[in-house]
Amino acid sequence: MTTATASRLPAMEPSRSDPEILRASGEWTLPNAERLLALINSAPHVAKDIDGRDISRLDSTGAMLLSRYATRVGLGLATVEVKAEHQSLVESVREICETPTLPVKKDYGFRRMAERLGITVEDYAKEVIALIGFGGLCLKTIAATILKPSRIRITSTIYHMESVGLDAVPLVLLLSFMVGCVVAFLGATVLREFGAEVFVVELVNIAFLREFGVLLTAILLAGRTASAFTAQIGAMQSGEEIDAIRTLGLDPIELLVLPRLFALVLMLPLLTFMAMMAGLAGGMAVGAGSLGISPDMYIARIQETISITHFWVGMSKAPVFAVIIALIGCLEGFQVQGTAESVGERTTSSVVQSISLVILLDALAAMFFMEMDW
Amino acid sequence: MSASVDAGTDAAAIATAPAAASENELAIKVRGLRNVFGDQVVHDNLDIDVHPGEIIGVVGGSGTGKSVLMRAILNLRRPQAGRIEVLGVDALSEDRQKRLSVEKNTGVLYQNGALFSSLTVAENVMVPLKEHYSALPADLVTALAMLKIRLSGLPDTAAAKFPSQLSGGMRKRAGIARALALDPALLFLDEPTAGLDPIGAAAFDQLILSLQRALGLTVFLITHDLDTLYTICNRVAVLADKRVLINAPISEVEKFDHPWVQEYFHGPRGRAAQSAQEKP
Repeated sequence: MTTATASRLPAMEPSRSDPEILRASGEWTLPNAERLLALINSAPHVAKDIDGRDISRLDSTGAMLLSRYATRVGLGLATVEVKAEHQSLVESVREICETPTLPVKKDYGFRRMAERLGITVEDYAKEVIALIGFGGLCLKTIAATILKPSRIRITSTIYHMESVGLDAVPLVLLLSFMVGCVVAFLGATVLREFGAEVFVVELVNIAFLREFGVLLTAILLAGRTASAFTAQIGAMQSGEEIDAIRTLGLDPIELLVLPRLFALVLMLPLLTFMAMMAGLAGGMAVGAGSLGISPDMYIARIQETISITHFWVGMSKAPVFAVIIALIGCLEGFQVQGTAESVGERTTSSVVQSISLVILLDALAAMFFMEMDW
Repeated sequence: MSASVDAGTDAAAIATAPAAASENELAIKVRGLRNVFGDQVVHDNLDIDVHPGEIIGVVGGSGTGKSVLMRAILNLRRPQAGRIEVLGVDALSEDRQKRLSVEKNTGVLYQNGALFSSLTVAENVMVPLKEHYSALPADLVTALAMLKIRLSGLPDTAAAKFPSQLSGGMRKRAGIARALALDPALLFLDEPTAGLDPIGAAAFDQLILSLQRALGLTVFLITHDLDTLYTICNRVAVLADKRVLINAPISEVEKFDHPWVQEYFHGPRGRAAQSAQEKP
């Protein structure tokens, strides 16, 4: 039906009888829009009348351009004669094109920048307050559930323990082992100059027991688990499932947040322990492989020189990080607003926030433990 | 609806359905279509004709494959067998160029608008224009987008808003504006009045009718809304038993002897919609 008429180029020429009457012809359609634009730009600035009866095909783009020209020469689309089949199109386009548009002012300047800065700062402040509030809400709910232990969702907690803890074991082991190797190599390079290669054992052990074990695990889980929590709860939020939970007289904190929180608080220390062991194994592998420290010697030296305090310092941070990751992940999920884009934004924000908060707290803790001489 | 042309509500005007066109002048021609999901046959040997310039309403119970039919015609799903021609072009062709010519000539309104959530309404409408006519100057593209937005009956202020800031009815209008961006000859609508209040639904029906008249569109409309069928459709195609039972003006369809058709048109809702049409 469309290809039936030959593709006739649009044109506008003075008619033979009167040069001030213009005859438009051809296909005034979107595919010809560029040509049409050139046509009306080069057309004469005065015209008595425009005759559009020879236009073979007309769409809204063509009608709009015709209207632009007609308005420029002071005629208006109403005076343009067209074929009967185009009349209703011209009529509806005329009404629209002759209504002036309100100019929209866009401000890309300094004021806009200051405005965005202000909004961002305010958002951060709100985020911090929301996190503290959410933490309080969770504490309150925990207190209420502990009084009635039957309300603790065992099945759900176990499920999350599996997905948060067990499923992350291979990843945590592999990465910690490799970081353990790297630290050992790095230490060996520096200590070799003093002929003190054997101190690699202390370096790897103290580093992993105090810092790296827990930090690596927490960062991995912030990327893996906080994002998953946000996406899960966010999808439920946008599907109105959270609202359904509330109207059914249930508590979304108790139902969704507590199982995730408990699972993470239980699993993160366990994973941290595994990360510590894998890191030590990495150091042991490098020691045996290229530094001439046999595994026996390595273990004996650990027992001689490393005090258990290092282990407890590292371990004590694990539950704190777990709480931070779980709270941020869940809170961001609840803040999702409807659209798929919002789920994505919130997931990114939850990962960024939890990782930065984990590192910040770790730095503060390191200073604290140093001052306390633990 | 400031933008609408004089859209008379009288059913008499609709009676001017296009005369039966000959085979090769059909807007959409589907022959022997077969769609299977696993071991569930949705369509078997389904034929449907859509004539240019008509509004065809496709009805059928849940699971009869209304949306599947639309997705097959739009090449979003490859049928197991059958031929589909859209505007005289083989829609199942592997030729990218042929498919593109079909895609440029079809506009689709999805059930929830399917607007790109990261773009404003005006930017949504500009997406196909910028993609397919990249040489056009920016001010013309903006003007064209504004034209479509006004044609769809949206206020100017809606142009700069994001889809999430619009109501359901306005989102659908924005969806129509984007569907019309390339001045297509064919418009597909998937349940356009679902989720709208009766007043909004009636206004939307009139919008479809006025756009169809102004732009000379062929409209393929999936609906459950009996009022839409009675007010704006030239023809009604009933999907049941894996095929199109009947494809005819509504007065003939409601007399058709099939349990589902009788239940549908002569149940309490059908009677109400009928009597609403009979009132002067």
